Amino acid sequence: MPNSLQDGFVEFAIPSDLNEARHIQEIIETQLRQCQYEDLEIFGIRLAMEEAIVNAIKHGNQLDQAKKVRVRFHIRPDRFDIGITDEGPGYDPDDVPDPLSVENLERPCGRGIFLMRYYMTEVVIHPPGNRLTMCKVRKEPYVKGDYVV
Amino acid sequence: MSTQPKRRGLEVEDHGEITVVNFIDKKILDEQSIQKIGEDLFSLVDELGRKKILINFSNVEYLSSAALGKFITLNKKVNASGGKLVMCNINDDIFEVFEITKLNKLFNILKDEQTGLQAF
Repeated sequence: MPNSLQDGFVEFAIPSDLNEARHIQEIIETQLRQCQYEDLEIFGIRLAMEEAIVNAIKHGNQLDQAKKVRVRFHIRPDRFDIGITDEGPGYDPDDVPDPLSVENLERPCGRGIFLMRYYMTEVVIHPPGNRLTMCKVRKEPYVKGDYVV
Repeated sequence: MSTQPKRRGLEVEDHGEITVVNFIDKKILDEQSIQKIGEDLFSLVDELGRKKILINFSNVEYLSSAALGKFITLNKKVNASGGKLVMCNINDDIFEVFEITKLNKLFNILKDEQTGLQAF
C-alpha cells in the first residue's frame, strides 16, 4: 500500500521483486498519462525508472526479497520527481566505465546511469550510493488542471 | 516462408536462409522478459545454427539497457559464427536510444523489412 506524505510525495516500499517493479512503474505511467504528460516524456521517464529500480533490486539488494526498495514520487504539471532507495551498501558512480568509449561499446551492460542522465533533467546519486533521486522538468506550455499555463 | 511455433516474447519466421524475428510485446523492458528473449535469440545461433538474422522492431515501443545488452551479445555470437545480424523498423524514439549510446555504429540498422532482407 502506498503512503501519501505531507510533502506531496507518494511512497511505496516493495520487495526486491521484478514483478513488483513493473507493477509500480505501470501505476506511475498511468498517473503521468492522467496528468497529460506526452508520449515522448513518458518514454524517457519509463526508461529511466526501469534502469533505476532494476539497479536497486539487482545490484543494490542482490535480488534478496527480504530487502525492500523504497520508491517515492511526486507528479506535478511542471515536473516529475522520483527517489529510489535500496538496502545495499551503495556504489561510486564514478567507478562505472564510460559506456560511450570505444573499448566499452561492446560491453553488454553499464548504460543505465547514462540513459537516466540523458532522459531526465537531473539525476543525483547520494552517498554511499544506495539512494538516487531524479526529476524531469517539463517545458511550457504544460497542462495544469483543465487549463494551459 | 515457414512459421515456427511462437516463443514467448518472440515470433520467428524463416525467409529462405534468413531468420526474421518479431517481438510480441511492445515493451522490452522488464528483466524476466528480457532474460527469456535473450535465451531464445541466443538459441537461434547456438542451437539452431542460424547465421542470417533480421530483427524487426516494428512492434516495439520501449526497450531498456538490459535489452541492448542482449542484442550486443547476440551480435557477437552471430559475428563469431560468420553470420550477419541486421535490424529494421526501429521507431524514432528507440533509434534515439541506439544513437545516444553509439550502438547505431555497432549494429546494421536498416529502414524496413524489405531493405533488411535484401541486405544479406
